[in-house]
Amino acid sequence: MRISLFVTCLADTLFPEVGQATVTLLERLGHQVDFPAAQGCCGQMHVNTGYQRAALPLVRQYVEVFSGADVVVTPSGSCAGSVRHQHAMVARRLGDEQLARRAEAVAARTYELSELLTDVLGVEDVGAYYPHRVTYHPTCHSLRLLGVGDRPLRLLRQVAGLQLTELPEAASCCGFGGTFAVKNADTSAAMLADKMQHVLSTRAEVCTAGDSSCLMHIGGGLSRLRSGVRTVHLAQILASTQAAAPAAAAGGAP
Amino acid sequence: MTFLGMPPVAPPGVGHLRGADPFPVAARRALADSQLRANLGRATTTIRAKRARVVGELPDWEQLRAAGEELKTAAMAGLDEHLEQLEAQVTARGGMVHWARDAAEASDIVAGLVLAAGATEAVKVKSLATDEIGLNDALAARGITAWETDLAELIVQLGADRPSHILVPAIHRNRAEIREIFLREMGDVDPGLTDDPAALAEAARLHLRRKFLSAKVGISGANFAIAETGTLCVVESEGNGRMCLTLPDTLITVMGIEKVLPTWASLEVFLQLLPRSSTGERMNPYTSMWTGVTQGDGPQRFHLVLLDNGRTAALASGTGRAALHCIRCSACLNVCPVYERAGGHAYGSVYPGPIGAILSPQLTGVEENASLPYASTLCGACYEVCPVKIDIPSILVDLRARHVEAARREHHVPGPEAITMAAASWVMASGPRYRTAQRAARLGRLLGRGGKIRRLPPPLSAWTAVRDAPVPPPETFREWWARRAQAGALPGSGTGTGTTISTGGSPGRSEDDVTGGTSNEPA
Repeated sequence: MRISLFVTCLADTLFPEVGQATVTLLERLGHQVDFPAAQGCCGQMHVNTGYQRAALPLVRQYVEVFSGADVVVTPSGSCAGSVRHQHAMVARRLGDEQLARRAEAVAARTYELSELLTDVLGVEDVGAYYPHRVTYHPTCHSLRLLGVGDRPLRLLRQVAGLQLTELPEAASCCGFGGTFAVKNADTSAAMLADKMQHVLSTRAEVCTAGDSSCLMHIGGGLSRLRSGVRTVHLAQILASTQAAAPAAAAGGAP
Repeated sequence: MTFLGMPPVAPPGVGHLRGADPFPVAARRALADSQLRANLGRATTTIRAKRARVVGELPDWEQLRAAGEELKTAAMAGLDEHLEQLEAQVTARGGMVHWARDAAEASDIVAGLVLAAGATEAVKVKSLATDEIGLNDALAARGITAWETDLAELIVQLGADRPSHILVPAIHRNRAEIREIFLREMGDVDPGLTDDPAALAEAARLHLRRKFLSAKVGISGANFAIAETGTLCVVESEGNGRMCLTLPDTLITVMGIEKVLPTWASLEVFLQLLPRSSTGERMNPYTSMWTGVTQGDGPQRFHLVLLDNGRTAALASGTGRAALHCIRCSACLNVCPVYERAGGHAYGSVYPGPIGAILSPQLTGVEENASLPYASTLCGACYEVCPVKIDIPSILVDLRARHVEAARREHHVPGPEAITMAAASWVMASGPRYRTAQRAARLGRLLGRGGKIRRLPPPLSAWTAVRDAPVPPPETFREWWARRAQAGALPGSGTGTGTTISTGGSPGRSEDDVTGGTSNEPA
């Protein structure tokens, strides 16, 4: 299958390894990956901070870049949620009904990574190898906006060598919330503290999730605590194989 | 009075819809109170589990929610007609209906009615509407004492405190604190009182019984009003409400106009949805219903005060009007991670938590409660549990947009945030500009030490206060993609290139941790 990658601005700029892992994984499964270079940001930060007018050009850009794609994949539950639940709303609110309808059509072909793998490609065992103790944080938008359910867990359970440990209070928000983390820094920090406590209680080496943004938040806190627990995107775990094990095992500095 | 034909919002200076401080400031204060954090965490965890258990019992819960949403949507669509029908029915059954535009008008009406009944005391059923309008203070100013009879409201009143939860107003207090308040404020309490919940309840019971038997006037809110019959309905757990509704000679009910339902049959849905969502019970212990006046039984004078106080303005708002569907169950508070940490007082309004964050700003006008729509991570837990399916996250996003648009109209010079957002949009909507900006962002590498950034300038210093920030990588994804294409691994060749993947976790990427497949990419 020919799959177009919407890498997300965050992964593009700060976490390229997540985009690379998505490409590696999909190519290993025998698919063609296409990266339209004209892509930018989904506009979620603008919409969620109240700047819908500023988000409109980004919505238009997304629709134009991906309207010819058979299937779009993005390694982010939050960005997929924005495409599916906000793009048409923004266009409509600002009076562009035609754009809204095109946005709906593209959104219907846009999938978060675990959705694409299980629902579209029909695969749960992706042939990955990741010999680590891992806990999974279901990010709010993947869980409640997209409803990915246990898809990421089904994928993780098939990873050879991976020891999955259950995260207590898993469905509770980590406190990121985009600009919330800055506008309501104290409340965000309190939520993060509880999330980290739960992560540490699992004695996992790695906390994984389907969103780089939440991982940046949780990982930033764990790093400040010098906890020794790493945050690794789901795509990176699924892309790791026995052949790539040395790199996988090395990981990043805690 | 209307401005450009817009319905008026709740006027300032009266009632409890606005806090003294914006949410982040008030939350910061609350977060520092470790006793409060512990009390809230324990209470919300318990009630969340109870709700989940009883909701899980019903196979048709989702259909019930959908029915609740549809009934409320229909009720709002015909609100004007339902209200007139309600007035006609209440009047026909011997009651009297009063219309109050705002808090001050409603309080004036109630005070006048209490004094006309020859009373200087009244017993109260737990009621958010009367708290919204600041009724107790308004009555006190006219020499009338209003006694709260709901146990938790009594604790709040005796403690000269503010409620912090819709259902459990004293959720921020534990039993040791309640014992202290009773010993200090009740006067007639046994000095050997322990903090055993049964003993505390008994002390309150003895204290309240005297009030019930002497009061000539009862004041209540209402959970529902039925237009076709003129029936009012109050749902409660303690029975103290039933005492107030039946013992006094005069009953005054203050009700927001959005509470009216067209038909009696719709109660079938709401009386299932409310207790399970609210207290986590299959059925609440006391459901009181009354229709006008019944000769020789219960209050012989009944007054219904219908309150607007910004509700018509909310109704006119389109997307936001669903906030008026709320049946005040408080399930959204109990699941909200922000409420659980910051508590109810931080919201500055009688309506705290997620529902408060969308209701209060609409009743007062967004500008006057501008921090509330941002007091959420948009995690969506509230929407998931709402018994009438109010899409709180979407309304929060809509209110943020309304706030930004209002600010844009008001200030001709955009603020720093507006400039940042406009610039980010301009940059990211263009490939070349985006690539240039990414290269500039790489200067952030200069701030990094040991693969992380430990301190950033304001406003991002709020991030690095407790979190490290990632160091921008040496190569962006799109640069990697372009280099890979040039190297001959044509994008989309579909050959399974076996690229080496670094699993370097965010944000602790070490400086020399080369990401991307440089080693074993096909040349």
